[in-house]
Amino acid sequence: MRRNGLFALQLAFTLFICAFLIVPVILSALAGVTVNFFKGLKSGLTFNWIIEVWGLYAETIYLSMGLAIVCLVITLLLGIPMAYVLARTGGRLSRFIEELITLPVAIPGLAIALALILTYGGFREFRSSWLFILVGHVLYTLPFMVRSVLAVLSSINFQELEEGAASLGAGFWPRFFQVIIPNVKPGILAGSLMVVTLSIGEFNLTWMLHTPLTKTLPVGLADSYASMRLEIASAYTLVFFVMIIPLLVAMQMASNSGQRKKKSTAVPDLPIKRS
Amino acid sequence: MTLPLGVVFFAFFLLPMAQLVLVGASGEEGMSAYFSFLTKTRHLESTIATTLLSAGVTLVALAISTIVGLFLVRNRFPGRETLISLLTFPLAFPGVVIGFLIILLAGRQGLIGTMTKAVTGDKMVFAYSMLGLFLGYLYFSIPRVLLTIMATAEKLDISLEEAARSMGASQWRVIVDVILPALRPGLIASGAICFATSMGAFGTAFTLATNIDVLPMTIYTEFTLNANIAGAASLSIILGLITWIALFVARSLSGSTVAASG
Amino acid sequence: MQETTSVQIENCGKTFADGTQALEPINLSIEGGETVVLLGPSGCGKTTLLRIIAGLESPDKGGKILFNGENVTAKMIENRNVGMVFQSYALFPNMTVSENVGYGLKVRKMPARERETRIQEMLDMMQIHDLAERQIDQLSGGQRQRVALARAIAVRPRILLLDEPLTALDALLRDRLRMEIDALLRKLNITAIYVTHDQAEAMALGDRIVVMSKGKIAQVGTPREIYYRPQTDFVADFIGTINRLPGTEKLCRPEDIRIVAPDQASHVGVLAASQFLGDRTRLVLSGITEEDFIVEAPLRKDIPLGSDVPILIDDRFLIDPKAVGA
Repeated sequence: MRRNGLFALQLAFTLFICAFLIVPVILSALAGVTVNFFKGLKSGLTFNWIIEVWGLYAETIYLSMGLAIVCLVITLLLGIPMAYVLARTGGRLSRFIEELITLPVAIPGLAIALALILTYGGFREFRSSWLFILVGHVLYTLPFMVRSVLAVLSSINFQELEEGAASLGAGFWPRFFQVIIPNVKPGILAGSLMVVTLSIGEFNLTWMLHTPLTKTLPVGLADSYASMRLEIASAYTLVFFVMIIPLLVAMQMASNSGQRKKKSTAVPDLPIKRS
Repeated sequence: MTLPLGVVFFAFFLLPMAQLVLVGASGEEGMSAYFSFLTKTRHLESTIATTLLSAGVTLVALAISTIVGLFLVRNRFPGRETLISLLTFPLAFPGVVIGFLIILLAGRQGLIGTMTKAVTGDKMVFAYSMLGLFLGYLYFSIPRVLLTIMATAEKLDISLEEAARSMGASQWRVIVDVILPALRPGLIASGAICFATSMGAFGTAFTLATNIDVLPMTIYTEFTLNANIAGAASLSIILGLITWIALFVARSLSGSTVAASG
Repeated sequence: MQETTSVQIENCGKTFADGTQALEPINLSIEGGETVVLLGPSGCGKTTLLRIIAGLESPDKGGKILFNGENVTAKMIENRNVGMVFQSYALFPNMTVSENVGYGLKVRKMPARERETRIQEMLDMMQIHDLAERQIDQLSGGQRQRVALARAIAVRPRILLLDEPLTALDALLRDRLRMEIDALLRKLNITAIYVTHDQAEAMALGDRIVVMSKGKIAQVGTPREIYYRPQTDFVADFIGTINRLPGTEKLCRPEDIRIVAPDQASHVGVLAASQFLGDRTRLVLSGITEEDFIVEAPLRKDIPLGSDVPILIDDRFLIDPKAVGA
């Protein structure tokens, strides 16, 4: 195609939008390592803010990582069998169930958090433990795992593969673990990355569900935005980016390699994510 | 195999949601609490403001993403992949962080303020106004709308366009008559998702702490500051219904493509 | 050579959950070592019958499947010891060719060394030795077909079930693999049930052909019986090309009609169309019956369209569908 003025105009517009998204991220990263952001870079670079953040908020980082891992294990255990059963059953019932388990993504986190508090807030022990937050995270991330696995299942002819394995003498469990699971790996991988990323960044539910002793990273971030100086807030955000960006890159790589490998393999379409 | 999930889902989602519905009607106003978003001035204002904001963000995000998306799908140039990565990458940033990014951009010590001060002597600060909120919502909307539109645009049948051109249609006519209609399912789907997400967004508004009360902020204040638990519950049910209906309508309007992405 | 397995199908019908009857209760007996082809148009119930024999579907109440007299109706496919080749092969994309071929042996917990020997033997037999370590998505259609066959026979199944195994291949390859499968089945001397909608495949491979239509068996017989003594109009029409003679119920194959001198002719037609097919020419004659009348003959010369064609229909070649068992 001819490269003309229109091309230049579109490119400039795209770069402008890109700048809108990326410049603040760079600003935040710089502010986190600048001695005094107000005075600018000439005040010098420092790691002191990050060290300070670590002293203040290390707990929240550990909790978020722990939550994400446990949440991942649970969504794997619940989500993969669910996706398999949904794919096998098909039809209207399975559509309905899929819609139902996707509800926690469609309904604002605030509403779900409120519902959980009203129902289980009375159980003190439970209310004040990190398990309370875990419940919210599992509800919210589960649909991403189910859909991601389901998308791969519906793009491969898994029923015939299973029949093939059965004809060779494999019973249900060998079929499930030796044929189904290995062939939905791309979906499991994409789903897992999504679950971990979302769990680490979840705020809407967590803000309502947390207690002073169960602060997660985003809760700590909100806290620092409200009460700390800009450099500390930025350093803390930088720590968050360092945690989340590898996951995002991995996610993009996984979806790209999925696309390249097999054009027909649906790269799992992801349900909405709230902010 | 689905029993564990069934139990978890029932105990921790269906049951609490039912409880929420009951609590919503348990205040002194009873069932009419569910209409407070129409009858109570503060709730009504909040509902209108949130809806307008979300609709505006949706329209602008769709316009931007269509231009950028079509450009990126139809042109190959060095750096294109990187550009796509950069544009879609803020997809998983939480709302609180986005609020903070807007503060860095347009807050009291923000980039725009510093720049305008250097040029005009006046510091431009709008992070905490409607415009700041709007930019924040736009920030988290663009990546996801862009992804859906690019996915739809990649599936466009190029021969339709060639057919239109062979019949003498101008570039502009091709866009209006062929490309936009073909993009429609993607536009509806991503528009609905964008609208629903904006309606329910909490983190960004929370960080910016603006004086504009979006619905989630109203619910939050009712619950924590005013201890109006029934009011908070009923409003969140209404909000949940609005977002769910938006997604549902989009799904039925644009067929199966949304079912997969919505 | 292992002992062969006979198959008895008793009263096997199939009604699906939505109420459609895919198969009316069917009885069929298959001898050990025999190759039986289930032939019919799509939707005739042939695949359903195969899946019932395999154990992938269960027959309606009252239906029974016996292997060598043993009732296996209640057994799942994984316990029936059958080998199956699927229409789209169902090769496991997460395994190499060798791993695919060896999967059934692994499931049966065969020791690794013995397994390796068997895999090699199978790869040799199917001439796919070079492909052993390949991934499935690196194989062509014909190669996949060979792997699928090797995998199915590696477990030394009691019976081999093949569900339209050649349909996904192009014509030339189909011909070649058809011959290979034929040779393989003779060599293994295994009971085989082969589903196809392609009559040429059925003729070439089947010891017997079961022609099916609308969930019923239309006729069972050797390829010659099916071809020359079709017992119903459906079979006559479905297998090859056939002409209906004017004024009778009798039928006649195009290649059994001779073009003769005008004074020896039993009928005279007008040439409406002709197609030179190389080994023979197909002539479409009008004026003999209401429908087109087809004659096939090896012709060196072209006959101009519109000219009279005198033909002789020999009584010896007439087919009478009503004469059951003739």
